[in-house]
Amino acid sequence: MFNKGWVIGGIIIFVAVAAFPFYWYQVGRDKPFPELELPAKEKRCVESVDFMRANHMRLLDAWRIAVVRDDLLIYTSAKGENFEMNLHKTCMGCHTSRDRFCNRCHDYNNVVPPCWDCHFAPSEAVKDQRPEVGVQPPAQRGLRPGARSEVIRVNRKGGKS
Amino acid sequence: MLEKVFHGGKGYWVWVLALAAGVGIGLMAYLYQLREGMWVTGMSRDVSWGFYISQFTFLVGVAASVLMVVLPLYLHDFKAFARITALSQFLAVGTLLMSLLFIFSDVGMPMRILNVPLNPTPHSMLFYDTVFLPGFMVINLIIGWTAIGAEKREVPLQWWVKGLIYLSMPWAVVMHTVTAFIYAGTPGRGFWMTAIMAPRFLVTAFAAGPALLIILCTAIKTLTHFVVTERAIQKLVTIMLYALIIDAFFLGVEYFTVFYADIPEYTETFQYLFLGIDGDCALVPWTWCMNLALLVAIGLLVIPGARSNRPVLIAACIIALIGLWIDKGYVLVPAAFIPNVFGRIMEYPPSWVELTISLGIYALGTLIITALYKVVISVKEETQDL
Amino acid sequence: MTLTRRKFLKAAATSALSVMAVPCISQGFELEGRMSLGPKALKARRWAMVVDMNKCRDDCADDCLIACHEIHNVPYIPKAEHEVMWLFLEPYENAFPERSHRFLSKRVREKEFFLMCNHCEDPPCARVCPTQATFKREKDGIVMIDYHRCIGCRFCMAACPYGSRSFNFRDPRPFIKKINPEFPTRRRGVVEKCNFCQELLEVGRMPACVEACKEGVLTFGDLEDPTSAVRTLLSEKPHIRRKPDLGTGPSVFYIV
Ligand code: SF4
Ligand code: SF4
Repeated sequence: MFNKGWVIGGIIIFVAVAAFPFYWYQVGRDKPFPELELPAKEKRCVESVDFMRANHMRLLDAWRIAVVRDDLLIYTSAKGENFEMNLHKTCMGCHTSRDRFCNRCHDYNNVVPPCWDCHFAPSEAVKDQRPEVGVQPPAQRGLRPGARSEVIRVNRKGGKS
Repeated sequence: MLEKVFHGGKGYWVWVLALAAGVGIGLMAYLYQLREGMWVTGMSRDVSWGFYISQFTFLVGVAASVLMVVLPLYLHDFKAFARITALSQFLAVGTLLMSLLFIFSDVGMPMRILNVPLNPTPHSMLFYDTVFLPGFMVINLIIGWTAIGAEKREVPLQWWVKGLIYLSMPWAVVMHTVTAFIYAGTPGRGFWMTAIMAPRFLVTAFAAGPALLIILCTAIKTLTHFVVTERAIQKLVTIMLYALIIDAFFLGVEYFTVFYADIPEYTETFQYLFLGIDGDCALVPWTWCMNLALLVAIGLLVIPGARSNRPVLIAACIIALIGLWIDKGYVLVPAAFIPNVFGRIMEYPPSWVELTISLGIYALGTLIITALYKVVISVKEETQDL
Repeated sequence: MTLTRRKFLKAAATSALSVMAVPCISQGFELEGRMSLGPKALKARRWAMVVDMNKCRDDCADDCLIACHEIHNVPYIPKAEHEVMWLFLEPYENAFPERSHRFLSKRVREKEFFLMCNHCEDPPCARVCPTQATFKREKDGIVMIDYHRCIGCRFCMAACPYGSRSFNFRDPRPFIKKINPEFPTRRRGVVEKCNFCQELLEVGRMPACVEACKEGVLTFGDLEDPTSAVRTLLSEKPHIRRKPDLGTGPSVFYIV
């Protein structure tokens, strides 16, 4: 019932397909650790550098739950310093560049955190951060300022009386 | 037993490949929707639920109808159903898989779907659906599979399988009731907010399931050597007929309450459905078709001569199924949003993307059902004494 | 051979399930720091808004709408079906369909009212949300959406009887004229709505629309405090709420 050739060939193909991520993304190959751009003026972070390096994602997760769900705003660090729990103001206030700080390390580790779907580095907010979406912003469609409310008024289909 | 799936004639493989092609097309459409966002569907901020959620509702009903086969067999010892229980249980497996996929296609953030089990929310009716649907699917798969295995080895059912069977009976009712509660518990949607919703969900389910089973049994009989007795078919017809009549009664009750009391919040949607409002009447033909189909199916099935004539019976089943599908699978969900909360009319036509994805999901479900039926039929063909 | 195919499959399924369960249970992380309220945060037991439509001039530049949508990065989506609205306008007959009838003067019927999320006392949207992404903050009554958690099922849109919620049918970013760098945008696939400017309240500011309106149409305050501005207004002037018969207990009041 079982044909040796088929079975062994099948196993080889299966391993080749299943191992695809390893050779495609060159896992295990040496890449130099990226250089991160550190803030010029500010030397102290919210917590110690070691803690931040290991746990910044957990800290941010705890922050977002505290801010969104528990209405808290101030974080008092282990050293007793106060910070506003705000990615835009506090974190990105010092680490002004997403590309030269966050992404360098994330890219190196091949993680894609979904933060940037909604958040952005304030200094980079002016640029459209997702240029692959080719829709013109309203300003270029010739709408004057304040037209939005007009649109809200007239856009909706008139109904019954 | 699984190896039976891979032994089939030419017709079988053509059918399987056609379904697989359907799945592929649906998958492509889904990837398109995933890339573009939900704007490629026909839904809007006013009609925020559409074709997907409708299909989910209809298919959960078909799955719940397994009760109408299991109950006579195990509580009333109606032996003729022993041959079709596995068919009906595997039908439930396939339809539940489809309904879960329909929910999955409907959410805007599918990658976050695990947030539902990670944040169990007992006050949300959708939560109960996410518990009861997969549960029922697994239960039926286990029961069906072990029952077929036992039949093949000609041993009696294990005691725990019997326990599962008894568990599956109330489970079916609860599962479809919480589906109805999704709708019946929304303030401000007059069309949904009626206590008859859950009972009507159950009776439409108990009509749709047997109708589909009769059609399937007939198809299987013409394609294979597996025979379902006339006695079993006629019992299904009786169940379906009563369910249809009760459904018609429930509908009548609903119409009376709504139109006689004539509270605008409740009548407006019905007015839109039956006559259209200000020329907006996309659902009017569907509504009339549905009511008509219900009456025609009942009319055909009450005649004894008609229901024992197989072609007429099949026609009646198809008509009933179309009516029931329009009811739950097309009109019920979008209609509640028309007119919207501001009293405006925003109509909803499903877009081609929605239809293609739905086609893919139906193809996948049919594929699963085909495979499972293949096993059932092969085993039954072996064991039945011809 | 003792390992039958059946047993092998069973074992494989069990181990697959347990691998899937690991990320669910391996959570447990303690922050060393503490968290607290903002020092200037405005406090109330139940925030509420009173809209005095008599004061609203029809010819002003809709400052409040623009202020709201600009500060919160609300996208302008040209297609009405996919519009996102936090603060918006509807004529009286659409805002209060149960109150309008044909003997109302045309002026009243067509008078446009400011609509927003009512931050209901018993919000059906929070009741139906399967992930608790929508929830009511017991402390101050604001109904919030956790955009990190919302799965976009739109059950809340079906349940909200006021049409206050919008779904992001498409990526909002390209539709935002001027991004306010202080506030995040939303992403495609989640539901959004007015948040009573929770982010301003916690730094001691009034909601953006209240700050923007120069005519004093909008009054914001604590409904549970008998001396607050909203309570004073409510005790002085006759007022209505949208669809009060549904028992949701809206916190937005209209003086007509
Ligand atoms: S108005 Fe709608 S969205 Fe706002 S709290 Fe009430 S039900 Fe929820
Ligand atoms: S769309 Fe989001 S907020 Fe609304 S019910 Fe679903 S998960 Fe909750």
